[in-house]
Amino acid sequence: MQDEPTPIELTKSVADFLRNDITPLISGHQAFKLRVAINILDLVTRQLTREEGSDAEEVARLRALLGIDGSVTELNHALAERIAKGEVDLATPGLAEHLWATTMDKLAVDQPNYASYKRELGRGG
Amino acid sequence: MIETELSRSVQRWCNGATGATSAAKLSGGASQETWRFDITHPDGVIGAILRRSPKGYGAAPTRAAGLAAEAQLMQLAYEAGVPSPRVMHVLVPEDDLGTGFIMQRIEGETIARKILRDDEYAAARPHLARQIGGILAGLHRLPKDRLPELRSRSATQEISEFERDYRSLNWPKPVFELALRWLRDNDPGPSAEETLVHGDFRNGNLIIGRDGVRAVLDWELAHLGDPMEDLGWVCVNSWRFGEIDKPVGGFGTREELFAGYEAAGRKVDQVRVKFWEVMGTLRWGIMCGGMMQRFREGPDHSMERAMIGRRASETEIDLLRLLAPRGS
Repeated sequence: MQDEPTPIELTKSVADFLRNDITPLISGHQAFKLRVAINILDLVTRQLTREEGSDAEEVARLRALLGIDGSVTELNHALAERIAKGEVDLATPGLAEHLWATTMDKLAVDQPNYASYKRELGRGG
Repeated sequence: MIETELSRSVQRWCNGATGATSAAKLSGGASQETWRFDITHPDGVIGAILRRSPKGYGAAPTRAAGLAAEAQLMQLAYEAGVPSPRVMHVLVPEDDLGTGFIMQRIEGETIARKILRDDEYAAARPHLARQIGGILAGLHRLPKDRLPELRSRSATQEISEFERDYRSLNWPKPVFELALRWLRDNDPGPSAEETLVHGDFRNGNLIIGRDGVRAVLDWELAHLGDPMEDLGWVCVNSWRFGEIDKPVGGFGTREELFAGYEAAGRKVDQVRVKFWEVMGTLRWGIMCGGMMQRFREGPDHSMERAMIGRRASETEIDLLRLLAPRGS
């Protein structure tokens, strides 16, 4: 077992330092790059915070949908293959719900400000 | 210094020009660069843009039309009244600048979010969707017998090409698989009419001024195909920059776009436009995957490129909104 602070806490502390102390000192193209760097650290923080829970839920859904067991990567390969072959489609019970849930979990990490995501979040589905 | 070569070049072909100053690189990929510079002239400064592949870069990416074709298309568009920069000079070996062309610099804004937000464009915004319809009609009417050599692409070929690109990434994405199936099931077949297709006509590749669209840029993906492709691509959600209820670049409605197109005397096939919007959304998603791959493999190991890889999921939610919409 590794010691603490956790990676989430450490990453967040660097992002906050860059945001609060360094941003005011930098201008031009370097300021743009600094914003990208902060965005990356924020994304990593969100992923570390959410990934374990969302992956576990995704695996549970995929097991139910496919009737097989495996890692989240293996199960996604299997689902992709079945859709490609036409064995599974939007008429398959649970597929649309699974894809929506999985995609919403990804956007929560990748781009929580993306307008489509905010709109769908408002549906509460 | 590039200004030395530019100065020598402009004096050869621009009557009365005395030199070139203020050269600055605007963007540079691995194989293509864009520079801005000023031509000094007794009658006043002439603003110019250089698009080139530096010496030693012959081959453009496979999907690209090539710089010579780009210059020819812009010139044709300009002559036909499609808003386009005037091409002033196509580079020759004596220029010692590589391959490419020099065009007139048009003042205005290309940054999509500014166009959608700034007061300066407030008067132009409500008219842009319709105006874009008219511009696309003009572009699709350019005479085929005067076009440069371009690749021809049907919907069916495009699906296969994107599928190959996606499979090469070895990146299992059930939503992309679903979109590929949908595209195969809804392939509209060859278009009754094959025309010039711009291939990247969207908010971000247009120069906008107070008066509306001043120029259409980035012709490098031009090809022959289904004209409805451009109408679908301009509606892809990623080019609405947050204004998701205004499908045409965040400017306005599909109805306005179609009305502008039909007022210019061309027909819209809405089923095909929808097909190309789905295709375009997937295309951008696969391009994001390509960015991820290039970030990993280098030489462009930049943070920006890495983060574009993380934009693939935006196309997944947009594909679900198109193909499996949830009740509102």
